[in-house]
Amino acid sequence: MAQAITDKDGVKRYLITLNVNGDAHTILVKGNAILTNVLRDQLDLTGTKKGCELGDCGSCTVLLDGKPVDSCLVLAVEADGRQITTIEGVMENGRLDAIQQSMINHAAVQCGYCTPGMVLSAKALLTRNPHPNEQEVREAISGNLCRCTGYVHIVEAVLATAQGRVTPDDH
Amino acid sequence: MYVPDFEYHAPNTVAEACAILAELGDRATVLAGGTDVLHKMKVGKLAPEHLVSLKNLDELREIREEPGRVVIGALASHNQIYTSQLLQRRYLSLPMAAHTMASNQICNLGTVGGNIVNGVPSADLPPILIALDASIRLTSAKGERTMPLEDFFWGSAQTRMEPGEILTEISIPDQQTTGSTYLKFGLRRSGALAVAAAAVSVQVSGDTLHAVRIVLASAAPTVLRVADAERSLIGRRIDDELLAEAGQFAAQASRPRDSIRGSAEYRKNLVGVLTKRALKKAIDEGHA
Repeated sequence: MAQAITDKDGVKRYLITLNVNGDAHTILVKGNAILTNVLRDQLDLTGTKKGCELGDCGSCTVLLDGKPVDSCLVLAVEADGRQITTIEGVMENGRLDAIQQSMINHAAVQCGYCTPGMVLSAKALLTRNPHPNEQEVREAISGNLCRCTGYVHIVEAVLATAQGRVTPDDH
Repeated sequence: MYVPDFEYHAPNTVAEACAILAELGDRATVLAGGTDVLHKMKVGKLAPEHLVSLKNLDELREIREEPGRVVIGALASHNQIYTSQLLQRRYLSLPMAAHTMASNQICNLGTVGGNIVNGVPSADLPPILIALDASIRLTSAKGERTMPLEDFFWGSAQTRMEPGEILTEISIPDQQTTGSTYLKFGLRRSGALAVAAAAVSVQVSGDTLHAVRIVLASAAPTVLRVADAERSLIGRRIDDELLAEAGQFAAQASRPRDSIRGSAEYRKNLVGVLTKRALKKAIDEGHA
């Protein structure tokens, strides 16, 4: 169990290590700290969004050991020692991930609030299933709500990525 | 959203977890996947003094075959059940039921144990597990006991779990059933609670049914096994009329309530249709 440290006011905090986007952060959190808030407020990784905060909307999606989860339903202390990927960790060597580029190409972003979660759900899908059909794409992003009603373009963007039809910066 | 503060425990063994729970009694709540417990804490329905996390009990995540049975650790996530090759090969109906449960994000967190101990009548895994004659193991500082899952529920969110107990494993006995399935009707195809659902298992022998189990979800205050409908099927030649009649028996036995997801009348009708279709599917397609 994570080491507990009690301050002079008697408040107990836990020393945990979160491996976020390949960077290990050893931080102090209270037992009731939610992962979304720790990522945003303690690590300044504000790409992870807060929507419903009850596990319905998916805007707080991160990859926990490679699997998409709603970070609003995870205690930070429970993520101690685990690998976390947020939207900030998707870009590699200064280049957008193919899914991100494809979403730009397909105008699959309107207000953008759901986009980080969408990208991470799609990325997890393509990692476990590189050639999904449309239904599998729709299923994979069914826990990510877009209220701009942009699903058609998002699904097209993910399918285009899977089929290698992503051209860099063609807009 | 604020989560009320609590004292956090993360024991390393089941015995240690049981000892903590024995000491704290009803001041403690067990934390597994967190999709229900943290949700309840956020909306103000639950404010435990202590949370006892099971996250370090990796032995409870295992799904394995043993002589005479298949064992599912209570901490297996819905997606673990969905993707288990063992379960897909033996009882495909169970992975398929786990898949209907919720979004991918929730299915990666939520556990089969949590789905059971919550005791809600809309839970997706208890009906198909009861149709497959599953039993559960409850562990506490006093020892262990097992019981048929069917006997575990007695009211909405009311179970026979005693304070200090942890649900540790689910066991499906090797069986003569030739087919099983779980059919659910929700208002959306993904991530929706059941308006009504039916799980069945069948043992087909020639053109009759030798044994059958029918279990309903969202059709009464508890998961509901419908014995009259089961009896009506035994030993009679299988045809569409027979299955429709069993559906009518199931509908008559159901006691759904009016809710935002559907009226009682509509749900009764759904129970009849889903029961008939589930029987047909299990008879025709095996464990599907």
